[in-house]
Amino acid sequence: MTKKNVKVSIRHLYKIFGADPEGALAKVREGMTKAELLDQTSHVLGLQDINVDMKEGEITVIMGLSGSGKSTLIRHLNRLIEPTAGEVLVNGEDILSWNDAQMRTLRRESMSMVFQNFALLPHRTVLENAGMALATRGKARRDYEDQANKWLDRVGLVGQGEQYPHQLSGGMQQRVGIARALASNSDIMLMDEAFSALDPLIRTDMQNLLLELQDELQKTIIFITHDLDEALKLADHLVILKDGAVVQQGQPQEILLNPADPYIEEFVADINRARVLRVRSVMTDREPDGLVDGEVAPSDNLESIIALAEGNMDRAFRVKSNGETSGYIDMKSVVEALVPRRVDAQD
Amino acid sequence: MATYDGFFDTLGLRDWCGTQDSGAPMSMADLLAKSSGADADTSLRDFPFPSLDALHEACSAIPQSRDLTLGLETGFLGIRDALRVVVDPLTQPLSWALENMLWVMTETPWWAMIPILLVITWMVGRSWKVVGFVALVLAGLAFVDHYEVAMQTLAIIFVCAFICVLLGVPIGIAMSRSDRLQGVLTPVLDMLQTLPPFVYLIPLIFLFSVTEPKLYGIAVILYAIVPVVRLTNLGIRLVNPDVIEAADAFGMTKSQKLFGVQIPLALPNIMAGVNQTIMMSLAMVVIASMVSAPGLGILVLRGIRNLELGVGLIAGLGIVVLAIALDRVTKASLARIDASQTSR
Ligand SMILES: Nc1ncnc2c1ncn2[C@@H]1O[C@H](COP(=O)(O)OP(=O)(O)O)[C@@H](O)[C@H]1O
Ligand SMILES: [Mg+2]
Repeated sequence: MTKKNVKVSIRHLYKIFGADPEGALAKVREGMTKAELLDQTSHVLGLQDINVDMKEGEITVIMGLSGSGKSTLIRHLNRLIEPTAGEVLVNGEDILSWNDAQMRTLRRESMSMVFQNFALLPHRTVLENAGMALATRGKARRDYEDQANKWLDRVGLVGQGEQYPHQLSGGMQQRVGIARALASNSDIMLMDEAFSALDPLIRTDMQNLLLELQDELQKTIIFITHDLDEALKLADHLVILKDGAVVQQGQPQEILLNPADPYIEEFVADINRARVLRVRSVMTDREPDGLVDGEVAPSDNLESIIALAEGNMDRAFRVKSNGETSGYIDMKSVVEALVPRRVDAQD
Repeated sequence: MATYDGFFDTLGLRDWCGTQDSGAPMSMADLLAKSSGADADTSLRDFPFPSLDALHEACSAIPQSRDLTLGLETGFLGIRDALRVVVDPLTQPLSWALENMLWVMTETPWWAMIPILLVITWMVGRSWKVVGFVALVLAGLAFVDHYEVAMQTLAIIFVCAFICVLLGVPIGIAMSRSDRLQGVLTPVLDMLQTLPPFVYLIPLIFLFSVTEPKLYGIAVILYAIVPVVRLTNLGIRLVNPDVIEAADAFGMTKSQKLFGVQIPLALPNIMAGVNQTIMMSLAMVVIASMVSAPGLGILVLRGIRNLELGVGLIAGLGIVVLAIALDRVTKASLARIDASQTSR
């Protein structure tokens, strides 16, 4: 795989909620924990020393339990929340030094957002909602109509443009939310638990839709979830957050194979690896010695590879995306990836 | 001999109090005591509260409470001219608007005015039922020869309610944006709402001549502006914060957010405030007829003053049906707004 550029980067980011965050920050830097800080100073340690690189064209998934600081973290990327300390770099520039006008341009043109509760404008039609980013830039309805309709069609809402959001189901509303983000034509998309409010079946649909769109559009997506299955299904890069700190980050397969601490071990213990691990996280550049038995897509899971191989261990497949070969996968690496490992059982 | 003499003596304040000047006018209590022949040697049961009057009896340096009211009055009269210089030109457009509206609504012939009002009703409410009801009310009032006074009442309400909205909505918006302003204005609004309307009629009478329409115009506006301010503030504060966050996340400016998101979403609440404002101006217009506001209120007042039961009752009934009609029309428009953006 080619080395991708870092699109968004977070450096030593701290966020403390309370009356005197600076004072509390000094205490945290001296080693005070989240619980102690809350006890002694009644300040909430939202985020501590976060360092994450988000690569261009990848889906970076930030996962953690409720209250671990995921929403706080993602809101630093477009400065809906201001940090107590640290840097947020977009295309190498520190956006914390930007003024209001610059931030508005960033939010309108290069960073769009999808919300857990959809957050559509209830008094505007679906079409107007989809065109919200363009309308905000000052475009008249007839100028954004085509764009908005195109993306509504693309997310499966053909002919629904004149409806109002409350006339649609939750799943369809979130499709509008995604169309709204896509229509802004931004290269970065922030998704805060975008599918968490949806029923499981619809959620799966939406995940597939997102992967499909991503294959085509190659956006830089930062996706928040509390669901490990979802995280593993979508992630190119997985960041696990606990109590406002990163406990482990890396390729999902890496994390599944080498959980860094018991907290993550517990998380990954009950996972059906064959279903969640995808070809793209197991495939290699190395061409197999023997015959290639077929073609698979990078988003196929290992379960489907095993089914394709009909149980034979000596099969290997070519991984193709958009008509180009992006790698190879053999059954040996598939089976290796399926075996869980414990932290204490490592060599 | 007054009850609190001893008090001032023991404190050694006798000199400060000055000598007992028996030339000062006697208080009513003294007179009563004298005439009943009782001595100032009061029993414990009649022991007076240390009020201004009681203390004044013992020490003339302390003012009587009559001086307090007198002082307020002279104080107010002192600043009256200065106040007039500022307030008069500011409120002149109000007089002008009221005079013209009254003229337009009473001078236009009924066969033009009633259809115009019905068209306005249709545009606001979009409901044939409401238009029919309003037609019935207007026809009924005209039939019992109350057409002209009803038009006068409506003219005053239209002008005052319009000005209430014109001033109240921006004030409400400003309040929703600043907690400090909300803290300052809330007690003022509370006071405006709880003060008996007669109370702020009093300084207004001193300030303007009774023949000027702005006198009752201001009284009506002060009384009726409260709900539209409150509900605008509340409506904007109640807008779903998720939606506001989305507006921010897509880079809306403050004014895009205000006019594109906050006001449209607060509109049902703002309209509820307008409805209440109109109802309250109707209530106040009756009281304001004591200071020369024309309309149905005058007839109600006549009923009370001259004990003309029939006149008072018919006029009162006229006010009730006008109130119901105004309520129906504004509620119909509220329902229309709600229907276009339900379930939030
Ligand atoms: N405005 C705030 N004031 C105080 N504490 C906050 C605020 N916002 C979030 N927090 C705290 O920060 C922590 C992380 O919250 P959040 O980012 O919403 O978590 P998540 O999205 O992972 O569920 C929680 O403990 C929460 O109570
Ligand atoms: Mg959250």
